[in-house]
Amino acid sequence: MQLEQMYQEIILDHYKHPHGKGLVDNFAAQVHHVNPTCGDEITLQIRLDETDPTKLVISYQNQGCSISQASASILFDQLNDQSLTTGEQAVDHLVAMLQRVEEPNEDILGDGIALVGVAQYPARVKCALLAWMAWKDAAIQALGQEQTRESDK
Amino acid sequence: MSGFDVATIRQDFPILSRTVRDAKPLIYLDSGATSQKPNSVLDAERSFYETHNAAVHRGAHQLAEEATIAFENARANIAGFIKAKPNDIVFTKNATEAINLVAYTFLNTTLKSLRGATLPAGADRFVLREGDEVVVTEMEHHSNLVPWQELCAKTGAVLKWIGLTDDGRLEYSDLDHLITDRTRVVSFTHQSNLLGTINDVARVRDAARAVGAVVLLDACQSIPHMGVDVADLDVDFITWSGHKMLGPLGIGCLWGRADLLASMTPFISGGSMIETVTMEGSTFASAPQRFEAGVPMAAQAVALSAAVDYLTAIGMDNVEAHEHELTKLALAELSAIPGVRIIGPQTAEARGSAISFVVDGIHPHDVGQVLDNAGIAVRVGHHCAWPVCRRYEVPATTRATFYVYNDLSDVHALVAGVKQAQAFFGSN
Repeated sequence: MQLEQMYQEIILDHYKHPHGKGLVDNFAAQVHHVNPTCGDEITLQIRLDETDPTKLVISYQNQGCSISQASASILFDQLNDQSLTTGEQAVDHLVAMLQRVEEPNEDILGDGIALVGVAQYPARVKCALLAWMAWKDAAIQALGQEQTRESDK
Repeated sequence: MSGFDVATIRQDFPILSRTVRDAKPLIYLDSGATSQKPNSVLDAERSFYETHNAAVHRGAHQLAEEATIAFENARANIAGFIKAKPNDIVFTKNATEAINLVAYTFLNTTLKSLRGATLPAGADRFVLREGDEVVVTEMEHHSNLVPWQELCAKTGAVLKWIGLTDDGRLEYSDLDHLITDRTRVVSFTHQSNLLGTINDVARVRDAARAVGAVVLLDACQSIPHMGVDVADLDVDFITWSGHKMLGPLGIGCLWGRADLLASMTPFISGGSMIETVTMEGSTFASAPQRFEAGVPMAAQAVALSAAVDYLTAIGMDNVEAHEHELTKLALAELSAIPGVRIIGPQTAEARGSAISFVVDGIHPHDVGQVLDNAGIAVRVGHHCAWPVCRRYEVPATTRATFYVYNDLSDVHALVAGVKQAQAFFGSN
């Protein structure tokens, strides 16, 4: 049944027990992304690790369907404390996987490979991408701000 | 259960015989978004192109004459459906454009007035001044909210709105303090696309009339589903779309009171809406041509006219009674499922067939996906009425809407599908 290919057990687990959910007061950048067709929302924050500022620390709060919620939880698992380069590679691969131009790579996406079933439902692809696009936006803003601050010194 | 046989009706709709998602029969419960089309509508559009196609209101060759006659006959037939006069009907690309036409009349008239331009007699009703007020309701589709927000942002007018009660009705007591002598326009929906509520038009209209405000009624969800008579409604403007009433995409309608249409400055300008043109300036045709710039959608008008004939043959009282039965059953059966909550009136009184609901623990997107997997097409999301979702503190809803080709078995399938979603997500 197609439905079970999209709603794999691992997706439902992330949906029911999301990882890393919750906002913090200190962040370098905060973005709010919505899916205007359905109203799914995510607020995602990035702060730079104090000892290694190339590591991006994620916090987020969201509401929406199981796919968007699970996808954010998986994003946290995969990209928390990772660099911009690692993250962008993962976002690119997720997009390519959902467009069916790349085979799922577990080394890059971890549990995110379970999102492959979403590719059958074009209307749901945005749900799977929402958190990852928010991350990319916030990460670039956070590093950009840091560079601005450095150049002010 | 009603004055027509659904099985016979269904044979007129080719799309209803197709299957979806691994050979499941299609159960179409999304007519509130757009309806399906019977053969007679499809045939009318095709036949226009095959036999009469030409640019209407231009040229004097035989095809141009035939096309123009077909277009104007369609206008007359569509006008007759709501007991209006043909020249009071303006064709637009959809209902959203029809509402914008009126909102932009206010903006354009206000701008011309500020420049000291000569305006048609009566045009001062469309001049807004800083602090004038526009009143809508909290249950509007975005198409009857955002154009007014934009108008206010450009003119300095103030947007106000009638609130909603917990059971999905207008808070009519708001009328006493919301409608003031600064109110210039009151624009509201006849029937909510999300809640299904049918509003008391006379009550809102009378409050608006008492202060001389222009009254616009968004009838997108009422004209397809019940008999509507412009004289009974007695408002200034009515807007609706063709594609929600078995007609084709690409055509909407504005009905306006003749004296108002005559006093209105054009919205979209260009060819065929003019009277005379020189390099220095132009004068404009009378309504409805003044508001129909460019080559119009004649084939779609002819097809919409065929949709009017189809609905008239069934009888709008029969359509309304049929949907009422389906609505009663769906409300009873859905609300009997533990964990399911109807957003909107809980009974079928003064209510149309748009039924929005939420299922505890399952996002509407996921409910919709399980239903889709069973071949049931519903709408999920905020239904272009996001403020209604905010009012009832839900992120979105699942919405079923019924029409002439739905029957009781479709309601049963919907109910079974919702229970299946609960089982799948383990929420019940």
